[in-house]
Amino acid sequence: MSAPLVAVRNVRKSFGSFQALAGVSLDVQAGEVLCIIGASGSGKTTLLRCLNQLVSIDEGAIWIGGELQGRRIVGEKLHALGETQIARQRLRTGMVFQRFNLFGHLTALENIIEGPVQVLGQSRTAAAQTARDLLDRVGLASKAANYPAELSGGQQQRVAIARALAMKPELMLFDEPTSALDPELVGEVLAVMQELARSGMTMIVVTHELGFAREVADRVVFMDQGAIVESGTAAEVLGSPREARTREFLSAVIS
Amino acid sequence: MSDLAGLSLVRPRHWGRWATAAVLLGLLGLVAHAFAVGQIEWDFVWRFLTVRSILNGVENTVVMSICAMALGIALGVGVAVMRMSPNPVLRSVALAYVWLFRGMPVILQLLLWFNLALVFPMLGWPGIWQARTVDVMTPFFAALLGLGINQGAYTSEVVRAGILSVDVGQLEAALAIGMTRLRALRRIILPQAMKVVIPPLGNEFIGMIKLTSLASVIQFAEVLHSAQNIYYANSRVIELLIVAGLWYLAIVSLLTPLQMLLERRFARGLGARR
Repeated sequence: MSAPLVAVRNVRKSFGSFQALAGVSLDVQAGEVLCIIGASGSGKTTLLRCLNQLVSIDEGAIWIGGELQGRRIVGEKLHALGETQIARQRLRTGMVFQRFNLFGHLTALENIIEGPVQVLGQSRTAAAQTARDLLDRVGLASKAANYPAELSGGQQQRVAIARALAMKPELMLFDEPTSALDPELVGEVLAVMQELARSGMTMIVVTHELGFAREVADRVVFMDQGAIVESGTAAEVLGSPREARTREFLSAVIS
Repeated sequence: MSDLAGLSLVRPRHWGRWATAAVLLGLLGLVAHAFAVGQIEWDFVWRFLTVRSILNGVENTVVMSICAMALGIALGVGVAVMRMSPNPVLRSVALAYVWLFRGMPVILQLLLWFNLALVFPMLGWPGIWQARTVDVMTPFFAALLGLGINQGAYTSEVVRAGILSVDVGQLEAALAIGMTRLRALRRIILPQAMKVVIPPLGNEFIGMIKLTSLASVIQFAEVLHSAQNIYYANSRVIELLIVAGLWYLAIVSLLTPLQMLLERRFARGLGARR
């Protein structure tokens, strides 16, 4: 097997006295779709936010594409990276948030071209062309000129996915992308994510949608109390879990 | 059920409204009468409303308000950003600035700037550029510094409140697409903070127009100063104060529609929910 795209080694993170991550190690191969499940407070969102450095880790190390995240090795010491280098490292990852977080003062199209124009230095025309293609891909070609407040939750989340894709990331992170949606809007977002998975994108998805995990995930990870309890194919983890804590969680979610 | 189609509707009578209107009209009549028979030469008011020195004063008031407000907003935004910086040195500088300039009366600050020559007779750096402080610290420049720097202290708090009103998710989303904090602030956070910042800022601008009158103590020729100069000569105190008052009212009235225009501009995309 080739070197993993994402390598997480013994990562720990505490917020005050609360230990959010208690030594997590994880590999994700390029092209793999990994779903992380677990109760709230189990550390799955924190893990995701550590991957793109919205949260800094206390201990351990993360490599993405072979590049050590947030640190530089100088001789015998690790030097913390400055803000500009961290911003550059974030270009490898795209993130989709639970609450969409579209820029409220910009239209759907402007939301998508903001990064390519401001950060990557693309021309407005080129970025707008890509943005229109992406909007078309998520089924919102007609909403280019609409502001987020004029879009439904599902539409906003699809624009948010397009915004992340516009930066051409190697890895897409989804933080409970359907949890803030009305039930009838969940399907349209999952459909876009499913299409993205089929296109070969590497995805790490924190989700409560077990159906999506069963259908799309190459691997499912169950987390509890800041640690990975169980990991395997969807059929293994969701179908015949080995650990008692996994079984408990699944029976609570499904009933 | 009987048929109501043929009946006409009698609207309720608002007796209370009629009564209050009558009382108000009566009171207004009394005030008008008092002023009409009082010791006011209205001819003087109309004559001096548009004399040269008053119009100059109006112009100076408007120019000073705009310049001092511009300086105040520039300082305010800078200080608000410093206040929220992860850099503790910048944060304490911002805190000290707000503490110092919000803590002293404006009139005192104006006098301090104007009399700076007593402390530092010369300004500049020997060999590069030097000037006598009295030549630099004209009434205009002293008023601009005094009013603008004081305004910056207040504006920074308004801007900070605006920045805090923007959801933290906006910053995270901006960072996630590779922006630095400063770029995120400029492109994403501040434009959205404007919606919250503009109404109180409009208020501050109106306050600034009236605050410029304090600059009359350092000989800045704004409209009140001009009015005073005239009544020192002709003793028509009330008439000239009315002239100044009318001009202040006129300037402030012009600002309100301007503020509404700005509010609409910055409510783009966010205004639908108001």
